[in-house]
Amino acid sequence: MIPRSSLALAAALAAMACPQAARAAGAVEGAVEKQGLNITAVIIFFAFVLFTLGITYRAARQTKSASDFYAAGGGITAGQNGLAIAGDYMSAASFLGISGLVFSNGFDGLIYSIGFLVGWPIVLFTIAERLRNLGKFTFADVAAFRLDQTSIRVLSATGTLVVVSFYLIAQMVGAGKLIQLLFGLPYSSAVPIVGVLMIVYVVFGGMKATTWVQIIKACLLLGGASFMALMVLIHFNFDPNAMFAAAVQVHPKGDAIMAPGAFVADPVSTISLGLALIFGTAGLPHILMRFFTVSDAKAARKSVFYATGLIGYFYILTFIIGFGAITFLMNDPTYYKVGANGSFDKIRDLIGGAANMPAIDLARAVGGDVLYGFISAVAFATILAVVAGLTLAGASAVSHDLYASVIARGRTTEGREVNVSKISAVVIGVVAIVLGYVFENQNVAFMVGLAFSVAASCNFPVLLMSILWRGTTTLGALVGGFLGLISAVLMIVLSKAVWVDTFHMAGTAVFPYDNPALFSVPLAFVAIWLFSKLDASQRARREQAAFVEQYVRSETGVGASGAHAH
Amino acid sequence: MTVNATAAAAVEGRITADVGASDYQAILRNPNFQTLVSSRNKFVWTLSMLMLFIYLGFILLVAFDKALLAQKVAGGTTSLGIVLGLGVILSAFILTGIYVTRANSRFDELTERLKREVGR
Repeated sequence: MIPRSSLALAAALAAMACPQAARAAGAVEGAVEKQGLNITAVIIFFAFVLFTLGITYRAARQTKSASDFYAAGGGITAGQNGLAIAGDYMSAASFLGISGLVFSNGFDGLIYSIGFLVGWPIVLFTIAERLRNLGKFTFADVAAFRLDQTSIRVLSATGTLVVVSFYLIAQMVGAGKLIQLLFGLPYSSAVPIVGVLMIVYVVFGGMKATTWVQIIKACLLLGGASFMALMVLIHFNFDPNAMFAAAVQVHPKGDAIMAPGAFVADPVSTISLGLALIFGTAGLPHILMRFFTVSDAKAARKSVFYATGLIGYFYILTFIIGFGAITFLMNDPTYYKVGANGSFDKIRDLIGGAANMPAIDLARAVGGDVLYGFISAVAFATILAVVAGLTLAGASAVSHDLYASVIARGRTTEGREVNVSKISAVVIGVVAIVLGYVFENQNVAFMVGLAFSVAASCNFPVLLMSILWRGTTTLGALVGGFLGLISAVLMIVLSKAVWVDTFHMAGTAVFPYDNPALFSVPLAFVAIWLFSKLDASQRARREQAAFVEQYVRSETGVGASGAHAH
Repeated sequence: MTVNATAAAAVEGRITADVGASDYQAILRNPNFQTLVSSRNKFVWTLSMLMLFIYLGFILLVAFDKALLAQKVAGGTTSLGIVLGLGVILSAFILTGIYVTRANSRFDELTERLKREVGR
C-alpha cells in the first residue's frame, strides 16, 4: 500500500476501484519531494517545445478556414490519426502509472490496461464511421443532426465542458507534480509553462498543430518505451518466463504478483469501472473530435484499427517495463531511501515513490542519464499534448455549439466563429492555470474518474441513441442526458473517494460503490427511451420523420461533409 | 426541422444542395442499401458481443476465480492470468482487424454499388 503522502500518479478510476490501485490514468496525487535538477530532461523538453512551436508556425500559415481550425481541413491520414488517438491514450499517467502498478502489484496492472483498450473495438463497431458521415467539427453536430439545435447543443456543450474541465484540472496538477519529480523544477513553474504552450498550440495552430504535437509525442514515447522493453527482454534472452521467474524471486509479494490481488475487492465496482472505461472512451469529446479530421468513413475506420494496435502494443510494453523494473531495481539500494540499519522496503522506499518512478528509474538502469532525461522529458510532453486536445475540444464546444448555433442562431460567419474559438481557448487556458494553482494541494484523483463517468453517462448515450434509434426525440435526449450527467456527478460526490476522502465527512460513504457507471449509464439510456416515448409533440414527430435522411447518411456517407469545406 | 435549425444547418453546410429528400427515400428502398445495412449490423453486433463476452469473462474470472488465474502454464512461472490477459489485448486487435478487412472489401463495395445506382 502506497501511503497517501507519497506521490500517486493516479487514475481516479483506479482510485475508485480500489484505493490501492489509485494511480493509473490521469491525475497525480499527494505531496511530492522536489528532486535535483535534471538538466538532460530540461534540454530535451526544450527541444521538443521548439520543434512543436515550429510545427505550430507552419500549421498557422495553413490554417485559414473553420474546417482547418477545427478539423485540420480533414487532411489527416488514417495512420496519422491512429497515432494521434493512441497518443491521447498514452498519457503520462498510463505510462508511469500502469508500469508503477505492475511494479507494486504485478498482474493487477494488466487488468487496468485491458479496461482502457477494449473500449476501442466498441467505438469502431458502433460509432466511428457514423460520426464521420454525420458530423463536421464536434460530436454535437451528430447528436443535434435532426433534433433541436439549441437545446441539444447546450446539452452537448455542457457535457463537453464538464469533462474537459475536470480532466484539465487533473492534468494541470499532474504537470506540477511531475515537473518537481522529473525535472527538479518548482510546481509553480509547470502550471504556466503548460498553460501558455497549450494556448499557443491551439490558438495559432488549431487542430493541425494539436494533432501533430500528439503524433510527435506518441512516436517519442513509443520509441523510448520500445527501447526500454527491448533492453529488458535482451537481458532475459527474450524468454518472458525467465523474466517472470526473476521478478517473483526479488518481489516482496513473491508468486502473488502473477495472479489477481487486491485490485478487485468488489465485483460491482469492478464491472462499473469497466463500463465507465468502455463507454467513457466513446464519449470523450477530445477523442470524438479526431474522427472529423480524416477524409472519410474508411479513414476513420482504419485509424481506429491502427490506434487499437498501437495502444495494445503500448500496454504490453508498460507490462514488460513494470516487470523489468522489478528485476532491475529491487536489488539495487541506490534507487531506495535506505534506513540506518541498511534495510529498505522494496516498494514503499523507492525514491520518488513506486507509483510513478519505476519506469523512469528503469530508463536510467538500462540507458543511463541520457535515456533517463529523454523519458522524463517525454513523460512531461505527454501532458502538454493531451491538454492541447482538451483545450481545443472545450473551445470548439463554446464557439461551434454555444456561440454559432445557440447565441448567434446560425447567423454568424466562419471567421467570427473561429475567433470566438480562439478567445475561448485563451480563456480556458487562463482558467486552467488559475485552477492549477488553486488545486495544488487538493486530491484531484477523482476528477479523471468523474470525466470518464460523465462522458459515459451523458455524451455517449445521447450520441448513440440519436444515431441508432429512430424514436429518439429532443425531450428524451435532454432528460436522459442531463439525468446521466447529474446522477454520475452526484454518485461520485457521495462515494468514498470524494465524500469521505476529499470532503472528510464522517462515517461511511452514502453511495456504496466506487464508480457510478453501472447505474448512471442505464439510467440515461432508459430515460432517453422513456421520455422519447412519452413525447407526443409535433416536434417529436418531425424529428422522427427526419431520421431517414440521417440514417441513410450515417450508413452510406451520401451527403457527408467533404474533406475540404471552404 | 425548425427554421433556426435549418439556418444553423445551412451555415454548417450540413444540408447539401444536391441531396434532396427524395434521394434519401430512393436509397432507403434500394435493395443494395438493405443488404448493406442488415449484413453490416449483424456482423457488427456479433463482433461487439464477442468483445464484451471476452472482456466481461476475463473480469468475472478476476473477480470470482483467482485460483484458476494463478495456475501455472507449462510448468513455468507464467500464470494463466497473464496469458489470458495478453489474449484479451490481442483479441481486441484481431476483432478490429476482422471488421476493417470485411468493411474495406464487402461493405465498401456494396456502398459504392449503391452510390452508382442512385447516381451519386
